[in-house]
Amino acid sequence: MGRIVLDKVSKKFGDVEVIPPLDLTIEDGEFAVFVGPSGCGKSTLLRLIAGLEEVTSGDVIIDEEVATQVPPSKRGLAMVFQSYALYPHMSVRKNIAFPLRMAKVDAAEQERRIDAAAKALNLTDYLDRRPGQLSGGQRQRVAIGRAIVRDPSAFLFDEPLSNLDAALRVGMRLEISEMHERLQTTMIYVTHDQIEAMTMADKIVVLQAGVIEQVGSPLELYNTPCNRFVAGFIGSPTMNFLEGDEAAKLGAHSIGVRPEHVAISTTDGAWKATVGVAEHLGSDTFLYVHPTDGGEAMTVRVDGEFSARHGDTVYLTPKAEKIHRFDAVGLRIT
Amino acid sequence: MAIVAPPSKYGKVGRPVLAWAVGLLFFFPIFWMILTSFKTDADAVKPEFLFVFKPTLENYLNMTENYDYWRFAKNSVITAVAATLFTLFIGIPCAYAMAFNPSRATKDVLMWMLSTKMLPAAAVLYPMTFLTKSLGLFDTHFLVILVLSLINLPIVVWMLFTYFKEIPKDIIEAGQMDGVNTWGEFKEILVPLAWGGIVSTALLCFIFCWNEAYWTVRLTTTDAATLSKLIEGNRAPEGLFFGRLSAVSAAAVGPIIILGWFCQKQLVQGLTFGAVK
Repeated sequence: MGRIVLDKVSKKFGDVEVIPPLDLTIEDGEFAVFVGPSGCGKSTLLRLIAGLEEVTSGDVIIDEEVATQVPPSKRGLAMVFQSYALYPHMSVRKNIAFPLRMAKVDAAEQERRIDAAAKALNLTDYLDRRPGQLSGGQRQRVAIGRAIVRDPSAFLFDEPLSNLDAALRVGMRLEISEMHERLQTTMIYVTHDQIEAMTMADKIVVLQAGVIEQVGSPLELYNTPCNRFVAGFIGSPTMNFLEGDEAAKLGAHSIGVRPEHVAISTTDGAWKATVGVAEHLGSDTFLYVHPTDGGEAMTVRVDGEFSARHGDTVYLTPKAEKIHRFDAVGLRIT
Repeated sequence: MAIVAPPSKYGKVGRPVLAWAVGLLFFFPIFWMILTSFKTDADAVKPEFLFVFKPTLENYLNMTENYDYWRFAKNSVITAVAATLFTLFIGIPCAYAMAFNPSRATKDVLMWMLSTKMLPAAAVLYPMTFLTKSLGLFDTHFLVILVLSLINLPIVVWMLFTYFKEIPKDIIEAGQMDGVNTWGEFKEILVPLAWGGIVSTALLCFIFCWNEAYWTVRLTTTDAATLSKLIEGNRAPEGLFFGRLSAVSAAAVGPIIILGWFCQKQLVQGLTFGAVK
């Protein structure tokens, strides 16, 4: 079991309120991702759940029990840190065994669980090495191994992949997702990378300045962002926003259209623009274009076959049903 | 092309020469003291016997037979070891609390602790003497250990604090998530990770305790008197006997020099506050 409820939880550091009172429920077995720009309070929120920070007010409820005053060691949660936080003076085996030893699990059972974790994480050959002798990816695996052997009620991940290179990040992302499918244990994952959020989450929690902007499945957030912030944060490349006449025509203060929802043509269309930069990714090409009427620069995602170069004139037509409308304060108009 | 400063010709030769010069300068008094300790008191003051003389063990024999060297040495060992252990016993938890659970007052507390080292010892000599005498603590091991511990506590806490600060907080927190209690955090994580720092702090503390003279000379007479007191006691009213004094001094600093020699690496690390890592 691992149902986690935050009931009017708030956090102040001195006089600064980093998290105003908020409510959130993470269901048992769910993969929840906290995402937001740096400094938005997502790590603090995770640390409040872990018990590494004390809540200023409100309650953290784990499996129907109020855990607000329970120390981190007694909450039954396991955490994977951005810096891996392995014990440098212990071998990989001892690192993984550490939580078991603290829980006074008997030696035979310890061995069994370490072997199982090492096998699952491809660490069998490295069990007698020290963390200092491992690569970043291997260290991260050890950190995950140390978390899974305990059979926790929930896993907390604090930006676990941000110290890895891009290729390794994709691999580890898949491994964590697979691990979730296999274990079906609640996972709370903090990241500033919206691609990680989109690819891994059952539920994404978008935060800004300590406030939850929107909670929903990846596609809900992508298709119906509740405000301009979420619309701009979710999706890559980011949504194009237009204000002024174009927005007014649709009865909005501003409108947003994603780069993949703009049709492009070399002959005719709604908006005329000049290509600034073309990024060829192979399967897709990202065009950064400047409307000839002097409007904001836009990004357009086109098929990789489409040929365009700097200075070419193109015509853009947004898909009408994919246009998002926002009011003056940035809220979605439905 | 990267721009790199060319190696200086003077630096290549000058630095080792300078290092040797400074090293010899510091070593010379010790060398002279050891040399003098093998001279008779008469020879010791004659310039013609500066380097060429007939060595004798008379001073050392005299010291062990007539001055009860071993009793003073035993007291030095007991008080310095006990004071070092006691200082660490207080200092480690203290530095741990300040490093990992700092409050707004932590910096001020640290500065305040250090400021006590700025107080001239002489300012509290009389109150200390009267107080210890009226409490019946004068010339006891307990008093010497207590005083040595208290005067070294600020520097020990500062050093340990600096070492503990170098341990990533994440590792301590990972321990908390893994189910350790405060004692486990200490035993399993903090002490093993800061072991080098703790050892070098202990060594320095031991050296300071061993060499302490101001208080050990003034708060003891015989029972708890340390080697500093023995050296001081050799200032005879009929004049200074340099041969004898040198032998006593050499025998007093000898153990610490040997200890220091074996622990050079740790000591350098301790003195540079963990900069060498």
